[in-house]
This record gives sequence, structure tokens and C-alpha cells, in this order.
Amino acid sequence: MYEAVIGLEVHLQLATRTKAFCSCSTEFGKAPNSQVCQVCLGFPGALPVLNRTALDLAIKVGLALNCSAQEHTKFDRKNYFYPDLPKNYQISQYDLPLARNGFLDICLEDNSKRIGIRRVHLEEDAGKLIHRSDKSLVDFNRAGIPLLEIVSEPDINSPEEAHEYLRELKKILEYLEVSDCDMEKGSLRCDANISLRKKGTKALGVKSELKNMNSFKAVREALGFEITRQSQMLAAGEALAQETRLWDEKKGETFPMRTKEEAQDYRYFPEPDLPLFVIDKDKIAAIKSTIPALPREMMRRLEEYGLSRYESGILADFKQDAGFAGRCFDIYPHKNKKPLTNFLIGPLLSEANSRGCMMSELGITPEGLIELLSLLDEGKISNLVAKAALSEMIETKKPAAEIIAKKNLMQISDTAELEGIIKDVIKENQKSADDFRSGKGGALMFLVGQVMKKTAGKANPKAVQGILKERLKE
Amino acid sequence: MELNTLTAHELLDLMKEGKATSQAILECLYNNINRIDSKVKAYVRLGPAATPTEPASAGPLCGIPVSFKDNICTEGLATECCSRILRGFRPPYDATVARKLKAAGALIFGIKTNMDEFAFGSSTENSFLGATRNPWDLERVPGGSSGGSAAAVAANEAIFALGSDTGGSIRQPASFCGVVGMKPTYGRVSRLGLIAFASSLDQIGPIAKDVRDAALLMNVIAGYDPCDSTSVDTGVPDYTRALVNDIKGMKIGMPREYFVEGIDPEVKSIVEESINKLRELGADCREVSLPHTEYAVPVYYIIATAEASSNLARFDGVQYGLRVGDKGGSGGLLDMYCRTRAEGFGQEAKRRIILGTFVLSHGYYDAYYLRALKVRTLIKLDFDKVFEGFDCIVTPTSPTAAFKLGEKVEDPLKMYLSDIYTISANLAGIPAMSIPCGFTKNGLPVGLQLLARPFAEETLFRAAYSYEQNTPWHKIRPKINSGNG
Repeated sequence: MYEAVIGLEVHLQLATRTKAFCSCSTEFGKAPNSQVCQVCLGFPGALPVLNRTALDLAIKVGLALNCSAQEHTKFDRKNYFYPDLPKNYQISQYDLPLARNGFLDICLEDNSKRIGIRRVHLEEDAGKLIHRSDKSLVDFNRAGIPLLEIVSEPDINSPEEAHEYLRELKKILEYLEVSDCDMEKGSLRCDANISLRKKGTKALGVKSELKNMNSFKAVREALGFEITRQSQMLAAGEALAQETRLWDEKKGETFPMRTKEEAQDYRYFPEPDLPLFVIDKDKIAAIKSTIPALPREMMRRLEEYGLSRYESGILADFKQDAGFAGRCFDIYPHKNKKPLTNFLIGPLLSEANSRGCMMSELGITPEGLIELLSLLDEGKISNLVAKAALSEMIETKKPAAEIIAKKNLMQISDTAELEGIIKDVIKENQKSADDFRSGKGGALMFLVGQVMKKTAGKANPKAVQGILKERLKE
Repeated sequence: MELNTLTAHELLDLMKEGKATSQAILECLYNNINRIDSKVKAYVRLGPAATPTEPASAGPLCGIPVSFKDNICTEGLATECCSRILRGFRPPYDATVARKLKAAGALIFGIKTNMDEFAFGSSTENSFLGATRNPWDLERVPGGSSGGSAAAVAANEAIFALGSDTGGSIRQPASFCGVVGMKPTYGRVSRLGLIAFASSLDQIGPIAKDVRDAALLMNVIAGYDPCDSTSVDTGVPDYTRALVNDIKGMKIGMPREYFVEGIDPEVKSIVEESINKLRELGADCREVSLPHTEYAVPVYYIIATAEASSNLARFDGVQYGLRVGDKGGSGGLLDMYCRTRAEGFGQEAKRRIILGTFVLSHGYYDAYYLRALKVRTLIKLDFDKVFEGFDCIVTPTSPTAAFKLGEKVEDPLKMYLSDIYTISANLAGIPAMSIPCGFTKNGLPVGLQLLARPFAEETLFRAAYSYEQNTPWHKIRPKINSGNG
């Protein structure tokens, strides 16, 4: 009877070499406070200078999310006291974000849904507090790293939709190469706003803001927990409080954040240390031209080769994979692309996964792969051999034909050679041969297996079956 | 010869002839400081001389010492804004102006000049380190907030000095002390390293004994700085080339709103006499109108305090300066914040932080801050309109001459009105200058303010130089006895 209304706020660290307003390095994992200067430490008299690369990357994300890029953008100060915030204000964007009014399409089970993007804006990250038993320490290496905030409209109605939105968004961000999107490193963070309302009504209910979710799975679970909690309270006629709640991963529940924050008043006002930035049409066009084909477009292209939505979805998860697959399909000589599809999603993807890299990073060229595949298609090698040869190709970087020739892996379809082996097998397995003759069909497969064993998998199973049947009639 | 009484350009000439050295200049300055600064208190944290005796490089100001206001960062040299909260702060870097001055061969004077805490004030009485006295009358204030710089220059304790001007903090003390002070166009001089009061209004500028010295300093400190996003990338002329004794046909406007109620009659008549002098020299002086003048003070106190409340938020005891209440305290972080700021800031700083916090608060922003921004634009448009037909504008610098110590301390509104004529130039971002234009019967100097369109500092230099060449005021120096007298 209740419908969930969910909006997501995603924070993304942009992969710039230097920080948003100074030239300090953004490299992750360095000794605490080793990548700081007077600007990102907020020393008296220091002034910010905008990193134009950060602005360009931010606009790129806005455009890729179908936002209208704003021709004017400015920065504002968000004022609040916290020891990880060196100036006790954050340079952020308030009323003139650099992009707004976009959308993102997500795939649901059998249809898709459009989720609005309210705004995309650029701000600086804060430092990191490290709590010890008797004191707290601050590491300012992170302070000043450019952070993109992507705010969705409250168009999301279930934890599954939220999960799919995040998955799709992450895919796009990875395609754009603007961030490493690593949630463990904190490069990508997500907060959620959720309220419930009676189905069919328009008015919004009292919302909770959920924080401290460290994976997409956690977001889905926290939202699920919150729907149950809120609907139980509403059903019992209890009043909900508008509050910030933290997700406890271990307990699998949310709990209210203990703060003394009365309604936070951030006292936003225009950052007087930075001018208004004009982004002209040429600039926007230039940034637009750097946006690659995005996952949905890549899926569409792959589907043109006859792939199912499921198959194209798998291959389009990462830009490099999709590009690699596209090149393979382009040069694959057969009309029926199924064997290639199966090989990509099967052996090749599992090689990549087990090595923790992209398909394109295995050191196999599309040409090399197609060479291997044509040997398979022409019946010259078996599936088993193809898989083994692939591993060998990855290890040795040698072409398929060479590996197969050298190891004498070519499939044995030569009847004369097979006849001899089969003769031996029948001789050694008289009982099975008799079983088959007496009508036990299953015995045939055992005999085929014995032949395969003797040939180290090189025999053509179809040919073996044919010859076996002939000989067993005798 | 008392080298400390000379101007920089006179000293440069002497040094060229081999008749003066930077060591000798410094010696004369320190002698005079030792003799009289216990009375004037132009400098803070007096101590062993930390001034380098040799220039870091050859350049146009080679060997000339420059005194710095206590809010301009100099590497390794205490810079505390005369506030308790910044006690012991030694910047790890030079302000751009300090860097440029070093490159020009100038010597960064090793002790800083006194100021109102964080430049909040018009009398230098708000300094945590005690008030500066006016060299012309030790019972009176030197003006503020750059009162230490102005008094040091007037009392021959500095050759020339840097101040900062957010609403008149260079010009009003220059006027009170009988010296030359310029607030450049917003964006003309880099603010990097100037500890911010109100970022959209602050400018660093020169305080000097005469117009030529001000031009020499401007030649060095002006210019685009890629590290200050609000500095403007336009070429810097040689300002000394504008020092031409000729204002024939120059069109000068006198805003009628500046000569009405509130102005001291004696100041008014001295300023009017100076305008007659300008006429005599061939200027075409006519009355003009700046209709939004009356809103300048309220608009200023909204914008300036709003920005200040945010700029001063960083002084929280976490990284530098004063920290109170972290050892053995049970109150935790909030307690440390509160005690540090309660004990670290003076009364006027607290007043402005609270005012600024209020005007930015939810529900008040539109009525105060946003409206103030709009009126600020109207004030700017007033000037644009006048400058369509005039080269510059002339006004009194302040409605009165130097007032007595303590006279306005209890009445902040009265104190704020001391800047009524100087504030508009900051709101409009235009250059403005104060030059000595006479003395009251009590022997107190009066200043004449000149204003011009953005980046027309040359017009100001030319008008000021012409006036100076034809009047004796800049040559008259105060006499201060040493000892207990």
C-alpha cells in the first residue's frame, strides 16, 4: 500500500592529477599530510585557483547524463565547522551548478525507466579524520580533491531500481574515464533520501537521509530496511522524524545519527575568491566531442550483430570490453555470430576475470582471436583444445596456429588414423562393445570417451562416433 | 643627514651618487623607532632587527626598506593581524607583493605595523597589541585600520609602507596622518598573502610621503597574478610617467552628496579651498551626483561582515594560532572551538562575525545580503555614469580630522561613519587616493580624496602630483619629542 520515493546523491572523486584549487597531487595512499599546501590547508592569505581539467571533466559528466550544460557557472561557500574542513567552509556550487536537468535510463526486467538527474556540481573534498582512543587526527591529503555531486530526482521507487541506477551510472562514469569509481577507496560514495507515500498519492512523506553505505549492495539493503521500518511505523500510526540515519552493515539496520545539529544552516554565498566562469558553446561542443559511445549505445551496436540483450549487456559493462568485442565481430567472417559470442562470454571473459583484467588487456588481438576461432569453426580443433590454446596464447603471446601446430593439437579427423585407434579401443573394452550391440545406447558415449582419452582430446568426436557405430555393427 | 626623513626617490638618488647605503637608512630608521615608537606605537612586536641589510636582487627599489602591515604574509616573519588568535603565526610563504618587492630589491622591514584586529576598525584602537597614536597629536588616533603604516610613514619611522584597504583603511589613516595613500582598482594588485577581511573589497596599496613614492611602490606591486583569480590580466603602465604637473582641462566632478550633513565645517572649507586650487591649475571642476551614496555604509557593513564571518571561520585552533581548552578539557571539540574563538577574537571582530553570520542566515539572506549586492551594483553604476563625462571625482577623505583616542570606541556606528566617503570606492572597485590638502586650526592634517574609473590610476597620479607640486602640505612633518614629555 506504500510506495517508496527515493533520490540518490552520488559523490565522485574526479581523476585529475592535481587538486581542485591548488597544484597538490591527488595520488591515493600517500603518507598522511604529505600532499598539502597552504591552499588546501586553508592557511591565512591563501587563494584558490580552479583546476580547469576538473571543470572540463565535470561538464563531460553533465553532458553524458543528458544535462543542459550551463553557460555560466559559479562557486559558493558552504559554511560549517568541522575539523576535517580546513577553512570551515567548503567551496561548492549552490544556485548555478555547472549542469542540470538531465536523465539516465535504467534497464528493469522487461522494460526501461528514465530517472531524472537534478543537478551535477563540482566541489572540494574534505580531509579525513582518524580517531584514536584519546585523540583524533586529521589527514588533509584528501582535502581539496575535486568532487562531483550527482543528484537524482526522486524518481526511484524501489531498492532494485536504486541499485540498477547506481550500476548504470557507474558504468557510464567508467566509460567516461573521469574517475576510478572505487568505493573502497572512497572515490565513489552514495547517500540516499527515502520517504514513503500511499500508492496513488502525490504528496511526499517525511524522509530519512541514509549515509555510510559502502557498496551498491549496502544501498539496496539499507533502502529495503528503511522501507520496512517506515511502513511499519506508518501502519502503526507513528510519526516519522526527518533525520539522518547511518547504515550498520553488520546488524543490517539503520540507526539515527547522534548529532546536536539543529537545522543546519550552511549560509551559502558566492565565493568571492573566484570569478564567474563562462563556458561558451565552443567549449561545450569540444567537451561533447570527447564523450565516447556510452553503454546503451554500445549494447545497441552489439545487438545489431544478433546478440541478445543479456549477451550485449555483459559485453558492454566495460568500455574496453565492448570496444574489443565490436572489433572482433567486425572481422568475424561468418554470418552467424553465435560461436564468437559464446567464445567471448565464455572462455575469454573467464580468462579476463581470473586474471582481474579487461578482455582487451589479455594481450590477444581481435585478429588473433578470430584465427583461433576459425580453427574451431572449421572443425580443426575441439572446444577443449581451443580453450587450452587460448590460455597458451595469453601466456606466450604466440599465434594460435603456431601453438596448435607445435603441440600437435590439430583435431584428428583422418579416418585411417582414427580407425586404428578405434580398433584398439573396441578390443580393450569388449564388454562395453557388447553392451552397445545388445541395445545399451549409453555404452557408445563411454567408448567415445575412451577414444578421446587416447588422443588427448584431439579426435573429432563426431567422426569417432560415426566410425564406432560402423565398426560395432560388424 | 637623517636619511629616515627622506622619500624613497630621494634615497635612490643619493644611493646612486654613493651618498647613502641601505645599512645607513636602516640605522636611521631604527634610531628613530627607538627614540619615538614607545609613544607612537606604529610597530608591533618590536625586537631585534630582522630586516635583511642587503637586497635580494637589483631592481628599481634596490636597498629601500618597505614596512608591512601585520596582515600581509611574509615568509618566516610573524604576521598576526594584531589578533590574539593568530599569536605566533609565521607564514610559510610570501605574499605576492612581498615576492615582487624582494625581486625589485626592496628590503622587507623586519617588524610589522600596527592595525585594527583583522582590519576591523577606523582608529587602530582595535589592535590586540594596543592603540597607535597620531604623530601629529599623541592624544588622537592615526585612523585605521592601517594606522600603524600611516603613522610610521608620517613619523619618519618608515620610508614607505604597505596597507590594505577594504573600506578606507589606507586612505582614512593617510588623511589623518598627512601622508599619501592609494587604494588601487580591485584586481590591480594581487591579494595572495593578504589575510582576508572581505575578499571582494580588499586591496593592498601604498602609503607614502609623497605621490612619486606611491607611484614607485605601485610600479612594483601592481600586476596580474595567476594565483589570484580575482586579479586582472591587463598591462601595468609606468606610473611615474603619469607624474606630470599639468591638469589643464581635466574634468573633475564634486559629488554633492559628499558635502552635506555630517561633515566637519573646517574640513569642508579646507577641501573646498583645495578644489579651488585645482581650478586655479586649470581643472574643470563641476558638481555631480552619486545618488545612491547614502546606502554605501549599510551595504558595506552587510557585504563586508558576511565575507568576514566566513573568512575568519578558519581561525578555530585546529591548525595554527591560539588554541584554548584541548588539554584535559572534557568539553571536546565544540568546547575547544568556543573557547579558542571567545578568547582569541576581540570585541569588534566578534561583533562583525555575528553580524555577518546573521545576514547570511536562512530566511535573512534575500533581505540583507542579496539586496546589498543589488544596491552595490547601483552604486557602481552611479560612478560609471559620472565617469562618462568626468576624468575623476574629488571628495573629502573623511568627514573629520583625527579624533581623540576613546572618542568613538563605545559607539561603533559613529566609528563606521568615519569611512562614509571612502567605502563607495571599494564597493565600486574603483581606484582612489588620499593626499594631504591642509591643516585644521589644531594643526591636524586633512586629506583630499581623488577617485577615477577602473584601472585609471594614472589619472589619479597626475591629478595628485599636480596638486602636490603646487602646495606645501606634503613637506610638513610632525615633530615628536623623545623622552617623557
